[in-house]
Amino acid sequence: MEQSFLEFQNVSFQYREDSPVVLDDVSIQVNQNEWVAVIGHNGSGKSTMAKLMNGLLFPNEGHVYVDGLKLSDENIWEIRRKVGMVFQNPDNQFVGTTVKDDVAFGLENHGIPREEMIKRIAHSLKAVGMEEYEDHEPHRLSGGQKQRVAIASVLAVAPSMIILDEATAMLDPKGRKEIMHTVNQVRQERDVSVVTITHDLNEVTLADRVIVMNKGNVWFEGTPRELFEQKGDLQSIGLDIPLVSKFAHELKELGLNVNKQPLNHEELMDELWTLHSTM
Amino acid sequence: MDITFDNVSYIYQPNSPFEHRALENLSFQIPSGSFVAVIGHTGSGKSTLIQHLNGLLAPTHGSVTIGDVMLQAGSKPKNLKALRKQVGVVFQYPEHQLFEETIEKDISFGPLNFGVQEEEIKQRVQETIEAVGLSSDMLERSPFDLSGGQMRRVAIAGVLAMNPRVLVLDEPTAGLDPKGQREIMDMFYKLHHEKNLTTVHVTHSMEDALAYADYVIVMHNGHMYMQGKPLEVFKEKEALNKVGLDVPEIIELTTKMNKRFGLSLEYKKQSVEELAAEAAHKLKGGSV
Repeated sequence: MEQSFLEFQNVSFQYREDSPVVLDDVSIQVNQNEWVAVIGHNGSGKSTMAKLMNGLLFPNEGHVYVDGLKLSDENIWEIRRKVGMVFQNPDNQFVGTTVKDDVAFGLENHGIPREEMIKRIAHSLKAVGMEEYEDHEPHRLSGGQKQRVAIASVLAVAPSMIILDEATAMLDPKGRKEIMHTVNQVRQERDVSVVTITHDLNEVTLADRVIVMNKGNVWFEGTPRELFEQKGDLQSIGLDIPLVSKFAHELKELGLNVNKQPLNHEELMDELWTLHSTM
Repeated sequence: MDITFDNVSYIYQPNSPFEHRALENLSFQIPSGSFVAVIGHTGSGKSTLIQHLNGLLAPTHGSVTIGDVMLQAGSKPKNLKALRKQVGVVFQYPEHQLFEETIEKDISFGPLNFGVQEEEIKQRVQETIEAVGLSSDMLERSPFDLSGGQMRRVAIAGVLAMNPRVLVLDEPTAGLDPKGQREIMDMFYKLHHEKNLTTVHVTHSMEDALAYADYVIVMHNGHMYMQGKPLEVFKEKEALNKVGLDVPEIIELTTKMNKRFGLSLEYKKQSVEELAAEAAHKLKGGSV
């Protein structure tokens, strides 16, 4: 049985009593070492969900558990040590006057010894490809570079779970790929759960599991492959499917026998190859 | 309005340890009425480039001409106000700049500042709120009670209410869901044609550059690396990869199918449906 690291039990949330319900009786879990992607239209409750995961918000109803701890005022700092978060807009996340100082900030807060700090700063900046920028001023970096530094800051404190809340939205396609590659690498080095909240469908295909939010409810839970088998439904809730999935759907409608829903170009080519050689 | 960059360089914090050349000897022309996509890796100079278009930055060397306003290195720019009236910039996350109590006041802020008459403003507010796909019933509401996607539309309406002749878009769809992205870009495309605007669109999305632009400028390290029509530029996969860019996925997929199956599919802006039909036909051994 896989062990859950994070669990929502019947969580409901609204920002004010007279404002709409953002999350409505949501129960989900994220297992240890699992990568879960959360997608949904703007206003579906995704980001609120992320903020409930490390105690930036507390549920109105229901409970949030992190690593066996029930989220409360008492253990909020312990929980935040376990759950690192990178937000969409990196400008709001900088405190240091240099990139190096900025990464050091989180480590100082965690009381990491200096020797160890130096090592971790170098390692995490290298992991995001920003090692040449350690003496630069964060606010002079480009959006994508800032975001990589923000990710390095989180990596440096080695949390058990990393949440990327649309953290790649401002990056160029190559930057996105690099960040995803970084996440994969970190996962190979040590146990870490990852939650990516995203609109990028190709990012979704990399996750172990997808949770689709719609109007405050869990609309779908399953593997990316299962998700992209249903085309029209996703479009009806403001989302879309990746190009390869669309292509495969079209081929199917043309009467070609695509068995396995492809998640990337290679899988699509292999499916086509099978078809091609049997035609 | 015609836009001309003539040998433009821009240096941040010159003569300091932080000196950084963001643009270097940049020359190009954008004819009035074109829809131009500017693409490039983060840090390639895209944002610095567009900040010259409404005089937020003036070139360190060379000159920028927009319509009849010229920004020249070394001389104090004249007519900045006239320039900013005509060049509307939609910055990244424009909704962060909303501040008024009501949506109507927020949209009116720009034209009010430029001394547009009240009656005229009222009319523009009506027009622009509809142009961005929101209802005029919402005008009395606070912009802060809206969803993120709606807030962005209000912020865009504020730019449109200035009646700009040039529209500069800096990643206007970042952070929106796929449907929102498509709606916003379709809206700009429609406005571009209806109002005969000159549009400069900075984007990370090769898909959008392919779908909407007549012309693409590729930036790299502050230089212009390539330029041309989207289908021409996106033929140069290797050259683009070299500077950290990709071709649009549909072109990539077409190339891969051709290679693997020895096909000769040509991508010329077909829809996915059309391309799939062609591929299926050819895979079955037919000739198109």
